[in-house]
Amino acid sequence: MFDGMTAETLARMQFAFTVSFHIIFPAFSIGVASYLAVLNGLWLRTRDQIYLTLFNYWKKIFAVAFGMGVVSGIVMSYQFGTNWAIFADKTGPILGPLMAYEVLSAFFLEAGFLGIMLFGRKRVGDKLHMFATAMVAFGTLMSATWILSVNSWMQTPVGYGINEVGQFVPEDWWQIVFNPSFPYRLVHMVLAAYLTTALVVGGVGGLHLLRDRADAAARRMFSMAMWMLILVAPLQIAAGDFHGINTLEHQPAKVMAMEGHYESHPDGAPLILFGIPNPEEKRIDYAIQIPKLSSLILKHDLNAPLDGLDTIADEDEPPVTIVFWSFRVMVVLGFAMLGLGAWSLLRRVRGRLYQDRWLHRAAIVMGPMGFVAVLAGWITTEVGRQPFTVYGLLRTSDSLAPVAAPAVAASLLAFIMVYFFIFGAGTFYLLRMMNKPAATPHLGLKDGPIRTAGITPILQTDSEAIPGK
Amino acid sequence: MFELSFIWAGVIAFAVLTYVILDGFDLGVGILFPFAEGEREKATMMNSIAPIWDGNETWLVMGGGGLFAVFPLAYAVVMPALYMPIILMLLALIFRGVAFEYRWRTHRWKLVWDIAFFCGSLVAAFMQGIALGALVQGIEVVGRAYGGGWWDWLSVFSILTGFAVVVGYALLGATWIILKTDGALQRRMQGLAWWLAAGTLGFIGVVSVLTPFQDPEYFNRWLNLPGSIFSVLMPAAVFIAAWALFAGLNAGKDGQPFLAALSLFVLCFVGIGISFYPHIVPPGLTIAEAAAPDESLLFALVGTVVLVPMILAYTAYSYWVFRGKVDPEEGYH
Repeated sequence: MFDGMTAETLARMQFAFTVSFHIIFPAFSIGVASYLAVLNGLWLRTRDQIYLTLFNYWKKIFAVAFGMGVVSGIVMSYQFGTNWAIFADKTGPILGPLMAYEVLSAFFLEAGFLGIMLFGRKRVGDKLHMFATAMVAFGTLMSATWILSVNSWMQTPVGYGINEVGQFVPEDWWQIVFNPSFPYRLVHMVLAAYLTTALVVGGVGGLHLLRDRADAAARRMFSMAMWMLILVAPLQIAAGDFHGINTLEHQPAKVMAMEGHYESHPDGAPLILFGIPNPEEKRIDYAIQIPKLSSLILKHDLNAPLDGLDTIADEDEPPVTIVFWSFRVMVVLGFAMLGLGAWSLLRRVRGRLYQDRWLHRAAIVMGPMGFVAVLAGWITTEVGRQPFTVYGLLRTSDSLAPVAAPAVAASLLAFIMVYFFIFGAGTFYLLRMMNKPAATPHLGLKDGPIRTAGITPILQTDSEAIPGK
Repeated sequence: MFELSFIWAGVIAFAVLTYVILDGFDLGVGILFPFAEGEREKATMMNSIAPIWDGNETWLVMGGGGLFAVFPLAYAVVMPALYMPIILMLLALIFRGVAFEYRWRTHRWKLVWDIAFFCGSLVAAFMQGIALGALVQGIEVVGRAYGGGWWDWLSVFSILTGFAVVVGYALLGATWIILKTDGALQRRMQGLAWWLAAGTLGFIGVVSVLTPFQDPEYFNRWLNLPGSIFSVLMPAAVFIAAWALFAGLNAGKDGQPFLAALSLFVLCFVGIGISFYPHIVPPGLTIAEAAAPDESLLFALVGTVVLVPMILAYTAYSYWVFRGKVDPEEGYH
């Protein structure tokens, strides 16, 4: 299957594959963890049963997604060594401690309090349970903070020296952690996680509203999700714009690839809406473009000059086609999210939020689009920084471990088979849970002796847990 | 200021040991899963570890991440050398990790996830044992990278340590279940634990005898001071732990067998430490050579000193919350 490929190509495919699978789960669990903390807080404050119903519903969905995130994440922490050992040796002194902080301040926090959040309300009481729930949410955000600092340092390395054996060594930790692209990337990613969650919650709410528009829990989650969308989508578009300007400053070649600017434009660059990149001829075929708009967006000046890829050496040029398309997918989806949010706001103002069936259908269609946008965004930034692992300093081809191509090919094949099997099954279970209304007492087994005799959930057999009883 | 790297060697050793004893018993529960009779016992066994397995496994990330942070060269050399066992271990951990959630989400496929739980635990334990054996044999380093082939880890010795870890983890798992359950399941585990204890001690003996033959250096460390003190003390300590284990089992005690089994693991770990020191990757790479610059060590150490005690505190609290015998009725599914 992978005959004739080099170990480098295979290792890159393996990293792209495993990291793409992995990012899907945190992108969702960061948002759901915060959502759960909000739901639990609202339940404790208002004692409105609907919040507890929603908490218990999303908690179970969270548990499955979080489990998948944990196991796919463990793979990542070892893959730097197995496939990218030279990179690990050279960057370890800088990136290693940041990752150690992620483990210490985030992973343990999540794992330590997750058990109490899932199983422990009865044992520890409402207040400590709320604390545990908040700690899980806080842990997911800490995790995002550290790992994005790591990623950002690779994109915009500062605060380092190079020692006699060629390792990057720390000189200023403050500069390293708060490197130039980190604040933008962090905001952009956390907002993306919140949007992704809002879209999933909105999609599930929309589905159940289509079936029963009187479903109180579905109404509540749909309404919360649509508020989130209309508030966060504009923020995200603004954050993305700032991130782009930051990228232009530090990684201009990436922006050139995103924009499809093969040529320099000394007096105002056009915004290419669509077109077909032609890497051989170094131009965009069939380009539909708006003159000078790119300069306006990136430089806030219609006539500002913008360099093109003709100023970049061929061996330093990122793969334009992938970046060009993934960027457009992300932007289009971002505006679609804004559109859905605006539509819901209009309906809400008219008091038709729970009645407009086309809105609910649109929410279902948009349900998974957060994941697509997150993946497209990461493809843009990661492919756009090629051919470097540490931007401008360490080439991807110089980062590889001394591994044999057959070993990488075999493990890649194993990862592909296992991931599709395991995460395919997990996605199936998640969808099946989401397919049931929030007030369903049992999201697990449909029937059989287990449900009645074995794993009867304590929470749902509580009278307080079932609305209306 | 070479002391920082030795403090860190201690921290990493602590993280790895914590991982081994914590995930050791929950992998052991997975290995013993086929001995559960009926759904109720399966639920009991799984629920005994469901709230804590995730935290236990985080110590593995701490071991890997910590090695990357403070001994990047060791990390960069060991991972390619142990490529296959590490990848297989990771894949096995995926299977068993998702089984905790998946088995409650389906009826027809429940058996599939039960098998995944068992096989995943078994393979993960076996691969960890193989990795240990391969490390003891020594890893070939050329320049600043791994210099051997991708099958070097496979040997009779590493297969032997693989089985040793499987049996040892199963012992930890059996004694954990004794601690957390009562009735028929507890009695069956008491019977099993007896055989597993005998097996573990047998493997400890065989591996201890064979280890010095992997590298003459190991001989010297055990026969010269200060190692020779341990050469006298270790067998005595192992003997006491073994006696406590069997006495606890025979007397039907709840906690004593688990604690005795844990101390056996601690002793073995100390023994490996004596063989290795001052190397981090035998036979060529020392702790000081593999260490990151002091700025990295210090920066990471500040956080470790503050956060690890907090982690231990809330981990202990979590165990406290879920103390006592497992009620198979309790769950959230």
